[in-house]
Amino acid sequence: MSKRLRIGVLFSRVRVEEKWIFAALEQRGVDYERLDDRKVFFDLDHPDEWRTYDAILERSISYASGLNILRVLNAWGIPTVNTARVAEACGDKLATSAALAKYSLPQPRNLVAFSTEAALEAIETIGYPVVIKPTVGSWGRLLAKINDRDAAEAVLEHKSVLGSVQHSVFYIQEYIQKPGRDIRVFVMGDQAITAIYRKAEHWITNTARGGEGEICKINPELEKICLDAAHAVGGGVLAIDILEHPDRGYLINEINHTMEFHTLMPITGVDVAGLMVDHLLKVGRREIEVVL
Amino acid sequence: MKSVICLECEAEISLDAGVEKNEIIVCPDCGVDLEIVSLDPLTVDLAPMEEEDWGE
Repeated sequence: MSKRLRIGVLFSRVRVEEKWIFAALEQRGVDYERLDDRKVFFDLDHPDEWRTYDAILERSISYASGLNILRVLNAWGIPTVNTARVAEACGDKLATSAALAKYSLPQPRNLVAFSTEAALEAIETIGYPVVIKPTVGSWGRLLAKINDRDAAEAVLEHKSVLGSVQHSVFYIQEYIQKPGRDIRVFVMGDQAITAIYRKAEHWITNTARGGEGEICKINPELEKICLDAAHAVGGGVLAIDILEHPDRGYLINEINHTMEFHTLMPITGVDVAGLMVDHLLKVGRREIEVVL
Repeated sequence: MKSVICLECEAEISLDAGVEKNEIIVCPDCGVDLEIVSLDPLTVDLAPMEEEDWGE
C-alpha cells in the first residue's frame, strides 16, 4: 500500500485561487494543512516536524515571505512548488531578464542602472518612451511610462528620494507598441496548458488593473517560447506573460511563480487548480523531481 | 444566512455559506477589506494593507 502523502499549502490570504486549490485537494482526499505565512516560524536547527511534509505549495502573496520560507524548506530538502531557485528568478524582474538573457531568449530590451544619472543616460540610448518598473512587485503597481526627459528626471528623482533602496535599482524597459493586449500562458512542467489574451485600452493590461481576458490559442511558436522561458527559470508551475511586437514577434515580459488565475480559469474552462494539485501530488510522490 | 458587522461602518454584511477562514470580504457599504479570522464564532478583522512586494 502506498504511503499517504502529507501536503502543506502556504498562503497569506484565502483568495478565490486558494479556495479552488483547497477544493481540489479535498476532492482528491488529500491530507493537507493550511500554513498561514503570518503565523509560521522556523527554528533552523529543528527541521523534523517540517520534514514530515512530502511537498508544500507556496501561495504567499508577499514575495519576501514566500521566497524566504522556500529557502528554508528547500535547504531542509523539502520539495516545494515552486522552489526557492525558481522564485528567485521569477519574483525579481531583473533576475528574470538575466535568466532569459543567459539562454538568449527573446525579451523586450531591458536596461538597468544604479544611479539617476546613469539611468537617464541609459534611457537616452534607446529613446522615449520607456517604461520604468520596480524589480519586485506586481499587479501593475508603480509602473511608469516615461515619454520625455522631463518625466524621466522627475520619476528618477522621486524614486531615488522617496523609495526604498530597492527603487534605486532602475529597471528600464523599451516601450512595446503592443496590440492592446498581452498573453498569459500557463505552463506546468513541460506543457503549456492554456492561455488568455489580457486586453485593455490602457497600456497596463494586467487583469488586476481592469484588463479583460479572452481565450488565446497556443500555437507551436508560442508554446516553444514559453517552455524555453520556463526552462530558463528552473521550471515548475508558471504563468508566462508574453508581448507581441509588431516586427520581432513574441517577447517574454514576465514570469510568475505564484500566479493568480481567477480570470484565466473561468474563461478557458481549464481546471488550473486541479492540474496544479495533480502536479503537487506528483512532486510529493517524487514522480516529478524538483531541483532544490 | 451568516452575517458580520463591518468594523469600519457597522453595516451588516451577509456572507456566503461557503465562506472560509482567512478569506477577504469587502464591505458593500464602505468598501473596506475585512478578513475572516474565525468561523466559530464568526469574527472579522481589518485586512492587512497591501504591501509593496505583494502579488503576481
